[in-house]
Amino acid sequence: MYELDAAFSALADPTRRAILARLAKGEATVNELAEPFEMTQPAISQHLKVLEGAGLIVRRADGTKRPRRLAKAGIEAMDQWLAMLRKALEQNYDRLDEVLAGMEKLKKGKKR
Amino acid sequence: MSKMTLKTEGDTQVVVTRRFAAPPEAVYRAHTDPKLIQKWLLGPEGWTMPVCITETKPGGKFRYEWTNGKGGGFHITGEYLELEPYHRIVHVERMHLPDPTPDNHIETRFEADSAGTLMTMRMTLPDSKTRAAMLATGMEHGMEASYVRLEGML
Repeated sequence: MYELDAAFSALADPTRRAILARLAKGEATVNELAEPFEMTQPAISQHLKVLEGAGLIVRRADGTKRPRRLAKAGIEAMDQWLAMLRKALEQNYDRLDEVLAGMEKLKKGKKR
Repeated sequence: MSKMTLKTEGDTQVVVTRRFAAPPEAVYRAHTDPKLIQKWLLGPEGWTMPVCITETKPGGKFRYEWTNGKGGGFHITGEYLELEPYHRIVHVERMHLPDPTPDNHIETRFEADSAGTLMTMRMTLPDSKTRAAMLATGMEHGMEASYVRLEGML
């Protein structure tokens, strides 16, 4: 769980989200990742460093190239966390269903 | 009953919808009456809300305090900006962890539909970074991952 703060804060940047979206389609080199952005390679490398530090991407050695890909564990940890938060919210509304059913019963009782 | 939907809009908003099998009046009351709020706005299993104060008038304040019964807890304070019984609530709120988070501006609508009520809650955060932080610190709403999922990453 310790990386989650870093993961979410890494996602706060639109360029980094776009990089992840690109990597979702498959491995890519720094040059390939830099291409769609009006940014220098060092600037892209900086973003990659943040994503790597957050455990969201990993690099592989391929000759002189260092292609990046998504880190399954990091993405899954984040996904599980969000599923948990989502579940908490859903539990709230399931409870609200019961509260509303109780209110309805009370109202009908009073009318009788 | 009906499934909750949750999505982001733009860089700063999170929108949640949910249908309820009760009229808007009842759903509105369940969002403003402390005795009713304390029954459902609890989050994960094991948490309770021992303190719930709502001053339901424009400019009125509210305060929710949660505890897990094991020494853990936090609270939310906020102000109502607009209250239109039984259709709409506009308020701002912040979590105290214990430092206050940036204000979350929330509009909640309750519309009658065939089955009962359609609720639409639209949260607006000051910026995308705050929205991400809200997700990371455990406010209820996840979305950056739906982004991730939508892009077919998993």
